[in-house]
Amino acid sequence: MARIVIDAERCKGCLLCCAACPKEVIGPGKDINSKGYNPVIVVLPEACTGCALCAKMCPDVAIRVWR
Amino acid sequence: MERRLMKGNEAIGEAAIAAGCRYFFGYPITPQNELPEYMARRLPEVGGVYLQAESEVSAINMVYGAAGAGARVMTSSSSPGISLKQEGLSYIAGAELPCVVVNMVRGGPGLGGIQPAQSDYFQATKGGGHGDYHLLVLAPASVQELVNLVREAFDLADKYRNPVMILGDGVLGQMMEPVTIADPVPVASLPAKPWATTGAQDRPANLINSLYIDPLELSAHNAKLIAKYERMAREELRFERYCADDAEILLVAYGITARICRTVVDLGRQAGLKLGLFRPISLFPFPYAPLADLIAEVGVNKVICVEMSAGQLVEDVRLAVEGRVPTVLYGYPGGVVPLPAEILSRIKGEGGANGVRRS
Amino acid sequence: MSAGRERLVAGYPESLTEQAFHYCPGCTHGIAHRLVAEALDALGLRERTIGVASVGCSVFAYNYFNCDMQQAAHGRAPAVATGIKRVLPDAVVFTYQGDGDLASIGTAEIVHAAARGENITVIFINNTNYGMTGGQMAPTTLIGQKTTTTPLGRVAENNGYPIRMAEMLATLDGPAYIARVSLHNAQAVVQAGRSIKKAFQAQLERAGFSMVEVLSTCPTNWGMTPVKALEHLEKVVAEYYRVGVLVDRTKEVAG
Repeated sequence: MARIVIDAERCKGCLLCCAACPKEVIGPGKDINSKGYNPVIVVLPEACTGCALCAKMCPDVAIRVWR
Repeated sequence: MERRLMKGNEAIGEAAIAAGCRYFFGYPITPQNELPEYMARRLPEVGGVYLQAESEVSAINMVYGAAGAGARVMTSSSSPGISLKQEGLSYIAGAELPCVVVNMVRGGPGLGGIQPAQSDYFQATKGGGHGDYHLLVLAPASVQELVNLVREAFDLADKYRNPVMILGDGVLGQMMEPVTIADPVPVASLPAKPWATTGAQDRPANLINSLYIDPLELSAHNAKLIAKYERMAREELRFERYCADDAEILLVAYGITARICRTVVDLGRQAGLKLGLFRPISLFPFPYAPLADLIAEVGVNKVICVEMSAGQLVEDVRLAVEGRVPTVLYGYPGGVVPLPAEILSRIKGEGGANGVRRS
Repeated sequence: MSAGRERLVAGYPESLTEQAFHYCPGCTHGIAHRLVAEALDALGLRERTIGVASVGCSVFAYNYFNCDMQQAAHGRAPAVATGIKRVLPDAVVFTYQGDGDLASIGTAEIVHAAARGENITVIFINNTNYGMTGGQMAPTTLIGQKTTTTPLGRVAENNGYPIRMAEMLATLDGPAYIARVSLHNAQAVVQAGRSIKKAFQAQLERAGFSMVEVLSTCPTNWGMTPVKALEHLEKVVAEYYRVGVLVDRTKEVAG
């Protein structure tokens, strides 16, 4: 099954990945990382198809995708 | 290499090539045009590159890139063009890059004129760009010395990883004198530059940079540069004394003006005046101690600073003399080359003042 | 499909260092960095590439690209790159510049590097303002666009008209490849990646000067959320700065 891993320390919570994901797999997170940002989290892992649009739109190379 | 009659500007080019320089980024400006023209002909013959940039600003930044890539590289210009290169020189000093820059000084300020002058002394020695940095500045007084200093300039640039300036003037650039240019340095013997950006193959990536956003790092970087300049002051002082051992009146002059002053000393001696000359060759580092020691040792009672400007060298002379004896300026700005007789009559108190010579 | 046979489809480019970017959240500089790194990886160029960082938000690019780098004075990157390329003709040399650096103080350098057909690749990030210094007007600022130095919106009578650099340089004979791309969505990003790779291929073919103008967002100084900024990029910025290939004199078939 396709999956993604988000690097919570690199993520700045810009939400571009959420807008790009066709399956709403990713959503805003509540935690705060060391820089004070709210990293996004995987909210619907089973819906992920591994299309990697999220990784293409991530400005911080914070998402890795497997398929 | 055999003895040849060469024009100063062209002799610089041949000396640079003999020193292993293979890259020259130029821009036209009188009175140094013969140098880029010469390099445009000669460099391709030795597998080098001559490129005329769109401006002196661009040229000095091409020098930055080429030096950062590990090459022996040179550029030249004259006063207004050297003003345009000041930003680039500050970056080159900040990034610790070796290169040689030639300034054939002309009358200023502004567009000024094309006749010879020495009114860029402050710019060259006190730093015309921003920040605490220095160029190592050498001032030749003959075409042979021009050739010798250009050769050494490339070694000094590499030794200190710092820009070295040859401060000439329109006379030196345009005059022809017989010169002997030493045999070309074997390229293989040029110093290795592991820090250069040649492509990170089997090594970590190299960086050529002058940005230190953290003030602690930048102040530490400044301390490193200051130590470099202090070392220059210890190891690179160059000067010449002429008839100074019993001089009562000491002339201080550099470059072409110093040659004129040698004649003044000779004429003065014939007329019974005990004149002597102290000629700084390294303008940075300035030979303060050797000048001060000479004045103390010989019992000079008057110092006359002769320069083709409104008075710039004279400030360093006063720093060396520290008021022990009167120090006066004979200044000739604007492209007027003083005549020996003119200077001598002034020494004898027969009139003559700073500024434009009365025709 | 069991976990054992899964494949990494989006990883971390070798031509980027490990260092996290300092850019504002949602700033698409980071996407552009990744695309350049991916092109270098795809063409196997990392170890023979020298990048030239300019002055602007991307001044710290030398911390991010995992190859030899030089940091150039504001506007002078094309000249620094020229110096490097003339000394190392077999190296791959690129500059990474913003619109303030390239289209304002550095116009002479970019015009003449292009006119010389200098065999370098220029990555030109156009976000219609000076980002690093807090959002001032740039030559690419659109008419009516508010910036800290056009507080009531850019007015042509006072500040003239925004410059289309790609078109301007395309009039010269030196360029081998000039394209304008955008980063407003994943499809545009993929196309941008292809153009950037094509630009490096032009350099490898010694075909001449190559430049990719990359329309990019500036959420902070545009005063928009990152997602809103992408919409603005597509619907407003890309209307004035049209995306497309302006010059292609390379032999290579589209990668």
